[in-house]
Amino acid sequence: MPMITYVQAGDGSEATVEVKDGLSVMDGSIANNLPGIVAECGGSCSCATCHVYVDEAFRELFGAASEEEWELLEFLDEVQPNSRLSCQLVVTAAADGLRVVVPENQG
Amino acid sequence: MTAEHTDPGAVVVVGGGHGGGTLVGLLRQLGHAAPVTLVGHEADAPYHRPPLSKKFHGDELEQPLKPAPFYAEQDIALRLGAEVVAIDRDARTVRLDDGSELAYGTLVLATGAAPRRLEVPGADLAGVLSLRTLDDARALRDGLRPGRRLVIVGGGYVGLEVAAVARSQGLEVTVLEREDRVLARVASPELSSILGAHHERHGTVVETGADVASFAGDEHGAVRAVVLADGREVPCDVALVGVGAVPRDDLARAAGLACEGGILVDAETRTADPAILAIGDVTRRPLGGAGELVRMESIPSATEQAKQAAHVIVGRDVPAADVPWFWSDQFDLKLKIAGLLRGDRPAVVRGDPASGRFTLFHLDGDVVRAVESANAPAEFMAGKKLIQRGDRVDVARLADVDVKLKDVVLSVPEPAASA
Repeated sequence: MPMITYVQAGDGSEATVEVKDGLSVMDGSIANNLPGIVAECGGSCSCATCHVYVDEAFRELFGAASEEEWELLEFLDEVQPNSRLSCQLVVTAAADGLRVVVPENQG
Repeated sequence: MTAEHTDPGAVVVVGGGHGGGTLVGLLRQLGHAAPVTLVGHEADAPYHRPPLSKKFHGDELEQPLKPAPFYAEQDIALRLGAEVVAIDRDARTVRLDDGSELAYGTLVLATGAAPRRLEVPGADLAGVLSLRTLDDARALRDGLRPGRRLVIVGGGYVGLEVAAVARSQGLEVTVLEREDRVLARVASPELSSILGAHHERHGTVVETGADVASFAGDEHGAVRAVVLADGREVPCDVALVGVGAVPRDDLARAAGLACEGGILVDAETRTADPAILAIGDVTRRPLGGAGELVRMESIPSATEQAKQAAHVIVGRDVPAADVPWFWSDQFDLKLKIAGLLRGDRPAVVRGDPASGRFTLFHLDGDVVRAVESANAPAEFMAGKKLIQRGDRVDVARLADVDVKLKDVVLSVPEPAASA
């Protein structure tokens, strides 16, 4: 199973967990009760509370954010070019080794 | 039977909705190691509630809030299908309907709200449904087959969401609203008008000023029509009653906690009893204007209060409240609404409602207080920020889609440390 590392921007702490193929990066955080990602809407691209920064090396793997996703992100104080909503990042074998940084504030 | 442990850190959460389900996870995230018990009166573990009205027709209906192994892994005790029947505030115990007791250091009431009943003859006929729980949604799904006739009593958000899904599934749908517009209590007149027309364009019959007098049944005790006060009958196979929800505050009331249209809490979820907190739809809390107490029925509000309560319990600073907001999906419209609607000044409209992408800004002078948007996430996020910061805006430019929203601000407070 792909291993994904979640880094907390606030204190630098990190956790590496297994996330099943087909689940989202958000799902992996929820299942392991990792801090930061709130995921109020459960992954329907409605709420912008699952914001992460994606490692440069993996940005291409997930393709570009949809217009809707980017509109939710662009007004966040902590937005960066590599910002994504983690509910939209579906994990595949190729995502093994992915690192995402979780900003301190969500939504 | 007496409670076995009296760990002062022990937390008992009553209610397994979004608030309760979120809170138990957050407690462990924040390092709370004492026993945590979640008591839920439904048989299902906490689940996402929005799909109940938005996706009840398909396989996306059942979405657990946490995966099944979560609770055991996080050492959270789940008591499902159990009802707390009494709180002993002196002994700091709650009694369950099976007679067992649980001791708490902190008790969190997250009992939510129950669908308001329509007190008219025939309300208990088969086929007269309400929608609050996953079980309700399963019953609704099973009752709604293409070609059948659905009457929805109450044009609120839940009713309209169900109407949209049912219509898309090929049912004949009628919405009966007692007020003179749909969403009368929860949306601006402008949005009511746009959405009412949108539903009608999709073939839903929307009748306002419709007072329901009774439900008429057939010889099998099943509903066959909704009867209006003027005597007219609207035939149906299924009737869904969606006329709001009432806070489930009986338990708190019986325990002597202050309740007035919900359990009264402060801005950090505290009741007058330092050992009892309350969160979610059951609470009324200070929000918006000075001294105003508001009962919100939304996921973001429940989640926010869960976060507040978790911080109170572990003794950390409680994060500041966000602008209240919620979302709704109706046909092709993804609606997002933020702030509190107050007053009745006309909205500033940005974008053409007929295009399916528009935003309604509600102002107090030149300050944005509320925003209602459809398929316009950027405008929503920008609007929410305007509400939060209280920026003064150039009202004429706000309506101009060619002007970027960051360029409508008249005066910007000193930026703190923005990127």
